[in-house]
Amino acid sequence: MLSIFNLAIRNLRRYKRRTLLTSVLITLGVVAVLLFVSVSGSFKAMMIGQITDSMLGHLQVHRKGYLASIDSLPLDRNLKGKQVAEVKEILEGNDAVEAYSLRIKLGAMFSNFSETTNIRLNAVNPKQEMQTVPMLTDRIIKGKKEGLLEKGEILVPELIAKGMKVKIGDTIVLVATNKDGSVNGQPFVVRGILEGISGPGGRDGLIHLDDARALLRIEDREISEISIRLKSMGRMNEVFDQLKDRLGPIKDKMDKPVFEVHTWEKLSPFFNIAEMIDLMTFFIKIMLVAIVLVSIMNVMIMAVYERINEIGTMAAIGTVPGKILSLFMVEGFLLGVFGTLIGVVISLVTIAGMNTAKISFDFGRQKGLLLSPTIALNDVVTVAGIVIAISVLASLQPAWKAARMDPITALRHV
Amino acid sequence: MTLVTAKALEKTYIAGDITVRAIRGVDFVIEPASFVSFVGPSGSGKSTLLNMIGCLDPPTSGFLEVAGQDVTHLSSKESARFRGEHIGFIFQDFNLIPVLTVFENVEYPLQMVQNWPKEKRRKRVQELLKSVGMADQGAKYPSQISGGQKQRVAVARALVTNAKLVLADEPTANLDSKTSNRIIELMKDMRDEFGTTFIFSTHDPKVMKNAETIFTLEDGRWEGGSLQPST
Repeated sequence: MLSIFNLAIRNLRRYKRRTLLTSVLITLGVVAVLLFVSVSGSFKAMMIGQITDSMLGHLQVHRKGYLASIDSLPLDRNLKGKQVAEVKEILEGNDAVEAYSLRIKLGAMFSNFSETTNIRLNAVNPKQEMQTVPMLTDRIIKGKKEGLLEKGEILVPELIAKGMKVKIGDTIVLVATNKDGSVNGQPFVVRGILEGISGPGGRDGLIHLDDARALLRIEDREISEISIRLKSMGRMNEVFDQLKDRLGPIKDKMDKPVFEVHTWEKLSPFFNIAEMIDLMTFFIKIMLVAIVLVSIMNVMIMAVYERINEIGTMAAIGTVPGKILSLFMVEGFLLGVFGTLIGVVISLVTIAGMNTAKISFDFGRQKGLLLSPTIALNDVVTVAGIVIAISVLASLQPAWKAARMDPITALRHV
Repeated sequence: MTLVTAKALEKTYIAGDITVRAIRGVDFVIEPASFVSFVGPSGSGKSTLLNMIGCLDPPTSGFLEVAGQDVTHLSSKESARFRGEHIGFIFQDFNLIPVLTVFENVEYPLQMVQNWPKEKRRKRVQELLKSVGMADQGAKYPSQISGGQKQRVAVARALVTNAKLVLADEPTANLDSKTSNRIIELMKDMRDEFGTTFIFSTHDPKVMKNAETIFTLEDGRWEGGSLQPST
């Protein structure tokens, strides 16, 4: 086999320019795919991280039907205290769960004593919330970040703070209607300004859970949603299935399911963008396969055509068809390996360069997001494997033709 | 025991509506260590006969035995193995592999066809290169040597596997007369040294006279329309 590799390398060196051009083409394809995978992957991971770690969490549990009417923030679809206790028990018994946060979601009137506007609010237990969505504090663009907030304090969304001209330390009043229809108001001190991000709940304000209960006069321990953070995002589907299996069979008096469980993918429209990125990556991979297939096949067909006489000689002096086939397939394989190796090296150097250059970009209202492309070993191995396999596959037809060639016809070829 | 035995050997080519009987039922026998020349005008069937003996082209009908084996109905893989083991080839255009050195060209059949171990292989190649007077040219590539030297390398390559039979189709056609004579002399010397049978085709009278046995072909039969050769 070593002698076949040796002969194949010499044949590739015989047509240096052609070998180089084909390798450059393969290299370009590999670089394009790896850079796209790394940049889009880092963009995707960053956006998913932003969404799950500063807002949604990985999974959420609601009362059945809550999500369908979430726009109106219905208080009559909250989970009752007993139901919350059931979910808590299940979550605490699951080793994949790192933290969870109980939230009441509500709508209120926001008054600065001279103007009034609508506001959507998330009422949270600060400690639970910071464990569940640890990047939430990064969204506090003005004000103290430590401890998130205390009772009687509010984190005001950036747009409302700007529109209502409120500053840190100002007192505002929230007026809310509870599920029985009675109205209640309560003063809050502005603790900080919260940066808005894309997606549901991305422009909501934040108050303490106990304040929401007081404002809404909720006596039961009811809540609107339970946001869950997992130790590893990779176990999301597994935990989702476990929760569905445990919570699904729990029925109310009308024999209807009580709970609904969702992954972040069902809660954020960014998931469609993420899927689009995956689809684009797939099509770019298809293009790479086409580039490799056509270029290697073209080169190997040329190689066979130019060496017909040589193939005839090898066959005449007793080289079995299998060895002739191997020779041409090894040439294709080496072309693929050569192009891929250079492509991988260039890609890794470029990725390192991009990280060193600290390239930033804007996404929606989010400014100065830092692009930090990375590539998993798995992706490199997959792309390299695809290219090399396609190189061998593309050589198969010309190699087969060479191996099946009639020695006499080949020897007569001029 | 004969080296080549042919009985009622026939080769017919069909190209569209045209049928060409290239060899028309000839008989012949070639003894071991012979130095035989097939002669005749172009189209007489010399190359076809050599190709059949060399297991490159199967006969249409008849019987052909080479080195004690019936080769009339070998598959392409069996033919390749048989050629690699028993037959050496010398071509009109030398047909050396351009990316291999002189040494590696001679080594090729031992390495790629017969899988000899490295040390044994190297020793044998050196021996053959010395025999053909090319021992000091081993590191050169075919493009760096003359036509006569290329044919010497081809002779060494044909003999390196201890082939019982070497077939040479117009081996001197691309050489000047002086070099042609030297190549024929070299082939004779090799026959004497290794006991190998040489069968070559030619229509060059100067080369013909060096052959010990001449079989003359005319329109796919032996001279005079005979099925048996007159030598």
